[in-house]
Amino acid sequence: MSHRLPASEGEVLDRTKTLPFTWNGKKLEGFEGDTITSALMANGHHIISRSMKYHRRRGALTADYWDPNTTVQVGDEPNVRASHRKLEAGMQVSAQNVWPSLTFDIKAANRLVGRFLTAGFYYKTFMKPAALWPTYEHVLARFAPGGEVDLDTPHGRYDKRFAHPDVVVAGGGPAGLSAAIAAAEAGASVMLVEHEHRVGGHLLWGTEQDRARAAELAAAARTAGVEILTNATVTGRYEDNWVAISERSHPGVIERLIKARAKTLIVAAGTIERPYVFEGNDLPGVMTSGAVRRLITMYGVKPGTQAVVFSANESGDAAIDDLRRAGVSIARVVDALTGERIVSATGSKSRVKEVLLDDGAKITCDLLVTAVGWTTPTSLLNMAGDRPVYDANAARFFPAGAPDNVLATGGMIGDGALDDLLEHGRSTGELAAGRAAVVRHRLQAATARAEAVNGPEPAYPPDERVPLDRWPHPELFRAVTHGIVDYSEDVSSKDLYSAAAEGFDSVELIKRFTTATMGPSQGKLETVNTVAVLAQAKGDSIADVGTTVWRPPYAPISLGALAGRINEPTRRSVIQPWHEANGATPILAGQWVRPDHYGDPAAEVRNCRENVGIIDVTPLGKLDLQGPDVPKLLSLLYTNKWMQLPIGGVRYGIMCAEDGVVLDDGVTARLGEEHYLMTTTSSGAARIWSWIEMWLQTERPEWRVHVTPLTTGLTSINIAGPNARALLGRLTDIDLDNDAFPYMQVRQGTIAGVDGCIAWRIGFTGELSYEIHVPSGHGLAIWERLLADGDDLGVKPFGLEAQRIMRLEKGHFIVGQDTDGLSKAPVTGLDSLLRLDKDDWAGMPEVRWSLESRDHPVLVACQPDDGTVVPEEAAQILRSGTNEIVGRITSSRMSPTLERSICLAQVDRAFADAGTSLEILLVDGRRITATVNEHHAHFDPEGERLRG
Amino acid sequence: MLLVPCPNCGPRNAADLSYNGESHARPDPTTCTPEDWRTYLYLRDNPSGWLRESWYCSSGCRKHFTIERHTLTGELRTPILPGSKPGATKGETK
Repeated sequence: MSHRLPASEGEVLDRTKTLPFTWNGKKLEGFEGDTITSALMANGHHIISRSMKYHRRRGALTADYWDPNTTVQVGDEPNVRASHRKLEAGMQVSAQNVWPSLTFDIKAANRLVGRFLTAGFYYKTFMKPAALWPTYEHVLARFAPGGEVDLDTPHGRYDKRFAHPDVVVAGGGPAGLSAAIAAAEAGASVMLVEHEHRVGGHLLWGTEQDRARAAELAAAARTAGVEILTNATVTGRYEDNWVAISERSHPGVIERLIKARAKTLIVAAGTIERPYVFEGNDLPGVMTSGAVRRLITMYGVKPGTQAVVFSANESGDAAIDDLRRAGVSIARVVDALTGERIVSATGSKSRVKEVLLDDGAKITCDLLVTAVGWTTPTSLLNMAGDRPVYDANAARFFPAGAPDNVLATGGMIGDGALDDLLEHGRSTGELAAGRAAVVRHRLQAATARAEAVNGPEPAYPPDERVPLDRWPHPELFRAVTHGIVDYSEDVSSKDLYSAAAEGFDSVELIKRFTTATMGPSQGKLETVNTVAVLAQAKGDSIADVGTTVWRPPYAPISLGALAGRINEPTRRSVIQPWHEANGATPILAGQWVRPDHYGDPAAEVRNCRENVGIIDVTPLGKLDLQGPDVPKLLSLLYTNKWMQLPIGGVRYGIMCAEDGVVLDDGVTARLGEEHYLMTTTSSGAARIWSWIEMWLQTERPEWRVHVTPLTTGLTSINIAGPNARALLGRLTDIDLDNDAFPYMQVRQGTIAGVDGCIAWRIGFTGELSYEIHVPSGHGLAIWERLLADGDDLGVKPFGLEAQRIMRLEKGHFIVGQDTDGLSKAPVTGLDSLLRLDKDDWAGMPEVRWSLESRDHPVLVACQPDDGTVVPEEAAQILRSGTNEIVGRITSSRMSPTLERSICLAQVDRAFADAGTSLEILLVDGRRITATVNEHHAHFDPEGERLRG
Repeated sequence: MLLVPCPNCGPRNAADLSYNGESHARPDPTTCTPEDWRTYLYLRDNPSGWLRESWYCSSGCRKHFTIERHTLTGELRTPILPGSKPGATKGETK
């Protein structure tokens, strides 16, 4: 570690712990507490990246989270911010966006053609001809910046947390700490968020006394009960102080997203030091004063041997002291306050060597430090509606005003000695706690059941804080030469001038045209320089040009944190474990894990057609409806008639949305005088429950109907096949005789000794079939009894696939499979169910107009003329010999019963008549023919089997 | 995220509720013209200012209610359950 300084008081290193790591394959060592950047620089590696477009060598510029020049690859993780990420033992660090190596990079040839890469280059060059777009994309992708994504990386652990603090403080510098302490001492619950690895802000790289104060403040915050989150960032502020916090320091997870509902948000984001724009300003060895102060004081790194310091403020002066202490000789102090200026810097390819001053002097150096002023990171205030205003006297933007529940403090709003900042923070914390107490009271009082919570509402405290001063500062943005404005996007002030000359003369336009401020640092370093250069180019004032509006996120959030845990809840019937123990292949259907088949779905179909099969249909939506007005409700929601359904009857119905599109279907049974059981599709269960509640609450509040969802309360089993009656008869006291219990009837009774079971006869599979609904606690036992008692009848379980084949053989459509979001009810072809002679039903007007105009497609059954070919679902149906689409296959299967392929299709009406020949375009490009059937049912169209 | 005051459950994250958009009266289906019906289905006033809209407390009490929202400021006021009068519920937070 050739560039490591002797141990000193302020450093954050633990020199007893040496951490080995590699840099582009070379073995190096750092200390516990190092960032990757500080470890590299301590080892004498000051070139850390290549720039995006011109592939210029780049070294640390700000040496903090926002450093645009120190993005690296760590193992399989791309785009790591090396000046923020802590070094870990064994890290494999490499430069990214270089080929073949960091020191010899072929893409640096871009510099030679730099004049082609000026502002708007991509927009202008890669436009025409359109036929070359794929080629352009290929070329550009090779030159795209960024690291390598390893597609085999396992999904890491991420998490989320919801929090309801009274006060969130964004920023753990002195003002933020002081505010947090005051708010907590006033009784508020406080969350303090600091994006560095430790609180203290600029005190950490200040004097020994500063660090002592920082330690006192941190201890006081802990004592006061402030929850301190370090290496965490408030990334956004949304309506009603909904605050997003990305926390990268939570144990056991890579990153955690905290969603906090803050009653008051305090923004204490401090200031960010601005780089200076001049020729050569991106040479390695050109740094901000903050960078050298942090590197020397916190990380024990000697950033150079001979320095020129261009200083306009106390941070530059402090940097001079630090450099002297580190043994760096000061070749020249260029005092901006006396009017001295630097003009340009020149150097070798890898390091600054000489600085030209405006008096003509040329100073030899290997380090050029600039201290030219501050940017106010008003992002969070912008998100709350603040539009900052430029103050020429202080040479920076200041917030102009935010809602009452967002307060700013610290360097963002002014300057002062440490005690001034602490006092402003303290009064801000007290104000925030007072206002949070009022909001808390209002929230509690706003629930109907909470009467007189905590007594009367406290008084709303007014803002009586003493404002901070604004210290004068010279306006220093650009030298007389042109230089880089946006380091991460490689945009120079020359680019901005030419863009302004082309007419992109508003800050929002020039930003998008040149991409200045749109790189990874998102304008934290570049925005004010961009605005200042544009103002110069236009001959306007900075105040008139204004600034861009910062939007979320303040700092990047990983997609993993947004996704959180991979935690998709699934539902299972009580029989599902049995299915899986007995060879079922599970399939996820909607939210439900169901048996797809038990090995051979075709055999399951044949067994149902020849003997008897049972299927677990528990996911079927089931709603218990009770009350005198249930028939009216059914008439309103189904398209057919319901007022005369007798007790013991079961009826099929289709539901439409108000636009006439098929919403759901199913059967409903009348169990008693005022008692009905409705079934819905499995995926529609929750939607239809809500749909019914909507009608009952908003349109027909006078109707007396109780709705109770029973989907999981009842286990549902369909028993289908010629032996179904014999099988169920062995288990039930219900009279199953065809005259006593005919098709489309419901009965209640005992099954396998369990009272309160419901059985109805329906025909989805086309076989004699009883669907039983039994209390779920007995579901598995009854399933097992059916199998045990029906062994001699040939009973076998069947899965979803066999059921889908059988229903297709019978031509029953499935909502969402054979209909879609454009399929109005007449598409189904079930016109007899669409009763326009009723007063009203959901969607009726649209269905009426659709039936009048007959301009809709219609669902037909068809069979390919070559029965061995199964057209893909969604295969297009074309007008013969043309490419005109006249329909599509909606369902297709090989029928084990008919031993040929069968389909349902939506076709234009002109192609819907029985006997019409259809031309189907297969996915492989072949065209086959198929013939439209007379009935939807391919099998037993008269329904003799299910009525038997 | 908006904090929506359900008349029953009190202030809740908007994600706990379902948004049903601008409140529109349903035309008489037996007499309405296609224009009437499609206005009810699709056309929204989308004003800049106060708007009465309907929400459904889908993760809470499962009640539908209407509320006035200011489309510029996000302010919410006067939540009303269907059938009750303004002021009968107290869910206001602002």
